[in-house]
Amino acid sequence: MVSEGLVSAALTLASSDFELFGLPVCFQIDTALLDRQWKQLQRQVHPDQFVSQSAADKRLAMQWSVRVNEAYQRLKNPLRRAAYLCEINGAPIRAEDNTAMPHTFLMQQMQWREELDEAPDVVAIEALQHQMIDEKKKLLQQCAQDIDLHADWINASHTVRALMFIERFEQDLDSRLDSLNNN
Amino acid sequence: MALLQISEPGQAPDPHARRIAIGIDLGTTHSLVASVRNGVAECLPDQQGRVILPSAVQYLGNGKRAIGHEALAAQAQDPLNTIVSVKRFMGRGVADIANVAGLPYELLDKPGMLSLQTREGEKSPVEISAEILATLRQRAEDTFDDEIYGAVITVPAYFDDAQRQATKDAAQMAGLNVLRLINEPTAAAIAYGLDNGSEGIYAVYDLGGGTFDVSILRLSKGVFEVMATGGDSALGGDDYDRAVVENVLSATGRSLNNASDKSRMLTAARHGKEVLSDNTEHLLQLELSDGPISHLVTRAAFEASTQHLTRQTLQAVKKVMRDAGIQSSDIHGVVMVGGSTRMPHIQSAVGELLQCQPLNNVNPDEVVALGAAIQANQLSGNNPNGELLLLDVIPLSLGIETMGGLVERIVPRNQTIPTAMAQDFTTYQDGQTALALHVVQGERDLVVDCRSLARFELRGIPPMAAGAARIRVTFTVDADGLLSVNAIETNSGVQAQINVKPSYGLSDDQIATMLQDSFHTAEYDKNARALAEARLEADRMWLAAQSALNADEHLLTVDEASVIRGLMAEVLTAKSLETPAAIEAATEALAKGTEAFAAARMNDGIRKALAGKHIGAM
Repeated sequence: MVSEGLVSAALTLASSDFELFGLPVCFQIDTALLDRQWKQLQRQVHPDQFVSQSAADKRLAMQWSVRVNEAYQRLKNPLRRAAYLCEINGAPIRAEDNTAMPHTFLMQQMQWREELDEAPDVVAIEALQHQMIDEKKKLLQQCAQDIDLHADWINASHTVRALMFIERFEQDLDSRLDSLNNN
Repeated sequence: MALLQISEPGQAPDPHARRIAIGIDLGTTHSLVASVRNGVAECLPDQQGRVILPSAVQYLGNGKRAIGHEALAAQAQDPLNTIVSVKRFMGRGVADIANVAGLPYELLDKPGMLSLQTREGEKSPVEISAEILATLRQRAEDTFDDEIYGAVITVPAYFDDAQRQATKDAAQMAGLNVLRLINEPTAAAIAYGLDNGSEGIYAVYDLGGGTFDVSILRLSKGVFEVMATGGDSALGGDDYDRAVVENVLSATGRSLNNASDKSRMLTAARHGKEVLSDNTEHLLQLELSDGPISHLVTRAAFEASTQHLTRQTLQAVKKVMRDAGIQSSDIHGVVMVGGSTRMPHIQSAVGELLQCQPLNNVNPDEVVALGAAIQANQLSGNNPNGELLLLDVIPLSLGIETMGGLVERIVPRNQTIPTAMAQDFTTYQDGQTALALHVVQGERDLVVDCRSLARFELRGIPPMAAGAARIRVTFTVDADGLLSVNAIETNSGVQAQINVKPSYGLSDDQIATMLQDSFHTAEYDKNARALAEARLEADRMWLAAQSALNADEHLLTVDEASVIRGLMAEVLTAKSLETPAAIEAATEALAKGTEAFAAARMNDGIRKALAGKHIGAM
């Protein structure tokens, strides 16, 4: 019969993202395996596999396929994965009502935003973008340490909040680039 | 009909094993139908051997119409009643249409979607498209001398929800069982990728008659994963034609005085554009109402005057690469789709930007229909061990209006579908008992710059202090890319939901009635139709149950299996009756009775997937 692999038999729509994908619960994951598992799962549950089946089959397929995509998106994005880990370990991010950040971090943010406002051309914005990529790398390494090495969920949640500021700033950089490219 | 049914060992001994499934490319300028025959996808020709059906419908009066080549030929004589490029109007209002003055039609502003005034009265773009689709359905039925099980219809990847819904409605109106709407570039990638055994990252550049799409896909072992998509649903070869028209008019100082002139000029311009793909100049000559016109158009002048259009497409390509998080060096190849990509300056501009040779060894007119046929064949279950899996995305962000006319994004663009995403909102006044929700689609921050999809209200919220209510709004996008929205106040459980249907006023019932009126009156009366439909659904349900038992009976106890067999037998008995209601009841009972089995099969499938085994390999 079938070998069980990493997976327990009783997977439900309520299983955790990690259980669903048969991955160990940690920050640093095998992304190639994640991609493979995603495609493997969608092969089983995607609504396209149930087009000529009953309405009950179709409904279920839709629910499962949505759930698999949701988990995949969360696990694939390092920031969302870290936030999810903090959350299931009792340190929710609460981004909407907890925006208290260290003074130096906020000063740095303001400086970057000024630089973006004053950036004269695409080259200057791209330079700023490279700075962001470096900063993000540093913070993600910090996350990996907080979570996988120290299981320090409070510190990890601080790092995640900082990363959220950076991500927001990256989006602003992108839309500035879009508008420059379209003119 | 084949006299001998040859069935492979291990195949289900199913009399309906081979279902006729078709793929339809419903294009702006022309449409095609294709099907997989003997394992090969091919476009189906009409009786004269032509595979292309011009997307043109002429209303002749007295309920008669000409469709395709005949209609196109009549365009100059009868421009008002001969509708071409109707795809541009799908899901659109008059205000959305650029250059209304240049069109030879009388457009009527209707809520949700415009209509066209013809000698047979008002016609909606959905009805006109349904004529084209029904013609292709008929062509397929004649080819196979059989009923069509279902169809995959392609839409531009950049079509929004209103345009997709309108397309699906048109297909239903044409009497087609819509297996799936799929995106044109994705269909092209299937036809191309499966033929060439391609792996890696590919771009699809699809410049059709009226729409432009670009998609980036990752191909691996039969999985077509769309990484990002973009484009412009109002940019295409038609715009290049208009550039020729404008050049000729401004160079000669002439003007177009009536609908017939407009239509003649456009036809001559399109022909001129096509000639310039193989020649460096063309003498454009035609007769207008105020005398003949003659002008030498050169390729160089044509390219210069359309440079801004080409540049617009290249900007969309760059944007989609940014969205996919890739560089041009990551791209293995670019598939060119759509007749407009025959223009040499487009081939070279795309090749230069992506630094690879454009791939065009599959006919750019046919490739989309061929891909749709391959997917239709797979979806209808003709290819049970098929490796093909499409993971497509939503092209435009979806959100709702919040205070101050701002958009709160709920589903960002390029999310893999199907997807469901939710966000919590609250009330802003004490004692507020209702909340108006305005659903919009688009990338801009202001509601006025996005497309309005639907409005609905959540009523009956118990009076609470401002900010105390928790209203969870969930957007669900299905595998066709169509949206439904649900809102629930989580403290009280008060709920409201809406299937986002464009508000052009066609309910499912109306569609069914129109369907019957236009295509079936002669064949069926109402009861016969209901009976036929009930029997078809009963067949589908019975076959679904049988194939589930064949595959996974081991998941059931002996008793459970015998209950299901009993329900199946009742469906067969009911089918021989003449009452649709009895057949429907038996079908419904079987559906309910197999729900738990369906859930068990799904869980089993998932368990096997993670253990790295295919069901087929067990």
